[in-house]
Amino acid sequence: MKRLIAVAAFVLAAALSAPALAQAPNASSITVDAAWARATPGGAKTGVVYLTLANHSADADRLVGASTPVAEKAQLHTEFEANGVMKMRPLAAIEIKPHETTALKPGAMHLMLIGLKQLLKEGENFPLTLEFERTGKMVVPIKVTKLGAMNMGGMDHDMPGMGKP
Amino acid sequence: MTDRTYRGKWLLLYFGYTYCPDACPTTLNAIAGALGKLGATADKLQALFITLDPRRDTPKVMADYVKAFGHGIVGLTGSPDEIAAVAKEYHVYVAAHLEQGASYSVDHSSLIYLVDPKGRFTKLLSGGLPPERIAQQLHQLIDQSS
Repeated sequence: MKRLIAVAAFVLAAALSAPALAQAPNASSITVDAAWARATPGGAKTGVVYLTLANHSADADRLVGASTPVAEKAQLHTEFEANGVMKMRPLAAIEIKPHETTALKPGAMHLMLIGLKQLLKEGENFPLTLEFERTGKMVVPIKVTKLGAMNMGGMDHDMPGMGKP
Repeated sequence: MTDRTYRGKWLLLYFGYTYCPDACPTTLNAIAGALGKLGATADKLQALFITLDPRRDTPKVMADYVKAFGHGIVGLTGSPDEIAAVAKEYHVYVAAHLEQGASYSVDHSSLIYLVDPKGRFTKLLSGGLPPERIAQQLHQLIDQSS
């Protein structure tokens, strides 16, 4: 799994020229990695973004908001299953502890895009602005992977090496 | 359209809503993947995605939505009363969770229901299964019975 993520991150870096990826205006202590969205089916008015936040400083920071031109709003969400029932709830903030990473991933925390203005198509990129309490705003490119993807490489359960016999 | 429309076929039912960004599209994708692995057995089965959010999921929205997943999955919506009746029939847990303004999410059971060709509920699968596990379960059920 780790290896897949690393390969995916490399591909993104090559495609998007990575230096812009993790730079906040004020010598950021936060870096953003593995930032992706799932392609959306026709008719869908919502989308989802996953990413991994790393805090390189000795101070905790909090992700407090996000926005993107492709949707009316972007909300911090968590999703969880309780007794077979899937629930989704908005979060006011997502904390990133000092020297730790926080992953937003399928079946857990994510950024929900509400009121999509366009379909998210596999292979495209769109900008997302993240707002942190300490670090301020940073813009990250989000790569759109295939419909049903479970990680950034666009791998779903069908792909070799993902436990298929 | 009633539960008799597809009598004679196995039915795979999944309840959700198109505003659901994570669990619903990944489960539908897993169902589509499973159907792709079934070969000829897939002809004996009809997969249905039934919305629990009929207010936002119009027939057109549902049709566009399921088309992206392929494999003949049919999207169904209806009046709020009709949807409530179907959800009750299958003991699907559903509760709208109001958020700021007019937006809401829908808490719902993420389960796959299998109904045999005579219309009898037969088996429940977790919505989180990978396609090969779903395909394996479908093969077992359908091939054993024929």
